[in-house]
Amino acid sequence: MTTFLDEVKATPGGEHILACIQCGTCTGSCPMASQMEYPPRKIIAMIRAGKRDEVLSSNSMWFCLSCYMCTARCPRGVKPTEIAHALESLANQQGFRIGGTSTPSFYRSFVSSIRSNGRVHEFGVMVKFYLSILPELILHPVATIRMAPLGLRLFNHKRLPLKATKIKGRQDLSRIIQRFREVRSSS
Amino acid sequence: MRYYSYFPGCSAESTGLGLGLSTEAIAAPLDIELVELEDWNCCGSTPYGSLDDEESIVVAARNLALAEKSGFDLVTPCSSCYVTLAGANRHLQERPKLMTQVNEALAVAGLEYKGSIRVRHLVDVLYNDVTPEFIAGEVKNRLDGLKVAPYYGCQLVRPRYGLDDTEHPHTLDDLVECLGAEAVNFPMKARCCGGSLTISEEKNVLELTRKILQSAAQNGSQCIVTPCPLCQTNLDAYQSRINARFRADFKIPVLFITQLIGLALGLEAKSLGLDTNIVSPREVLDYIYNRINYVTTHPTEERE
Repeated sequence: MTTFLDEVKATPGGEHILACIQCGTCTGSCPMASQMEYPPRKIIAMIRAGKRDEVLSSNSMWFCLSCYMCTARCPRGVKPTEIAHALESLANQQGFRIGGTSTPSFYRSFVSSIRSNGRVHEFGVMVKFYLSILPELILHPVATIRMAPLGLRLFNHKRLPLKATKIKGRQDLSRIIQRFREVRSSS
Repeated sequence: MRYYSYFPGCSAESTGLGLGLSTEAIAAPLDIELVELEDWNCCGSTPYGSLDDEESIVVAARNLALAEKSGFDLVTPCSSCYVTLAGANRHLQERPKLMTQVNEALAVAGLEYKGSIRVRHLVDVLYNDVTPEFIAGEVKNRLDGLKVAPYYGCQLVRPRYGLDDTEHPHTLDDLVECLGAEAVNFPMKARCCGGSLTISEEKNVLELTRKILQSAAQNGSQCIVTPCPLCQTNLDAYQSRINARFRADFKIPVLFITQLIGLALGLEAKSLGLDTNIVSPREVLDYIYNRINYVTTHPTEERE
């Protein structure tokens, strides 16, 4: 049977997790550690202890900024940033619902824009993301209204085009992704 | 003339329009030819790798395969595109099994990737190929006396691709100084600005952005320069939100390094997309143009 540790070790960048000596340099270097349910050092310990549900349902990895400070400083070459991405991917693929952060919704809006256009259309991403968190926006109407000037400033400076750029090869890209999924699941 | 495959990145057409315009504008004067990768797709960036880390590699790989046809190094001015494309490239080069799977998928579009491409950041090309010495020789308007805070952000220098020190980098400082400007002491120059989480976690990350503005302002800089379109948007477009939230009074223009280089090369502000900067760079431009007038009307003093 595949253990949770094996699953993480099999991900791109997760292979060095056993080298961790629990020194805590990652947590000490992480600008978001204080926002996380379990900071980086603890998450690594929990993965090795097989705590799949606790890890994958936590908000920790969704607070990763991909600043790579932990990775640059780790004395054992563990690459905690890539482990964070692997945990996000596992949580997403295994359908874990994450409370207390809208980052997964934002990422989904972003990726769906890539899949349909071949490029990111930032205006479209924002619209889709705000619709996905609509109930929260309605609860905080003042904060929501205060976001408008930011969008308007970007728009007025030609930085938020309303029209999406679509690549010619977007069908190709879809077929490549589809084929990759088939190859991966059959291996 | 040096040739490169050019990957502008999605933001070069939108939030980072100034980066796209100024990168293309400075290429010819610096004797480099950026051949845009035909029909490139989004690199995937952090969000794709976070939802499906393996699938994100195949998305990046389509670009690597397209670039391999020309054989030139693949250059991007965007730090996020750089870390994503370089990371995917490294995974593919180190993992033969993944490379085989990816190539099976690419084959449906008649593509193949052998793993021979080098992915490079524009700052790497400016520093190591063009070189600060060459740029200095092409400068038409020396920026003497201009105090600049060079902001590296994260993904230009980390995780560790050997371009620069991961915590005390100097490449941007050197590029700023070869224009005649002064790179101020800027302790936060390689700390995170909050990245893309300013969108989904603004209340938790705006403090990070504030600290960077604070560090730059404390040291008397007249502007910040960065190569990263996401950092630029956070520091520039969010500056008024930071002022409101923290009762601060920041008014620091945030230029792309390519815009600053373009000004020193004597290119027009408009062609460098300086009208897309939200915190007005007017005072920086006045400083530069007043200095040019001063130099042309006081030629003897300048020589001393």
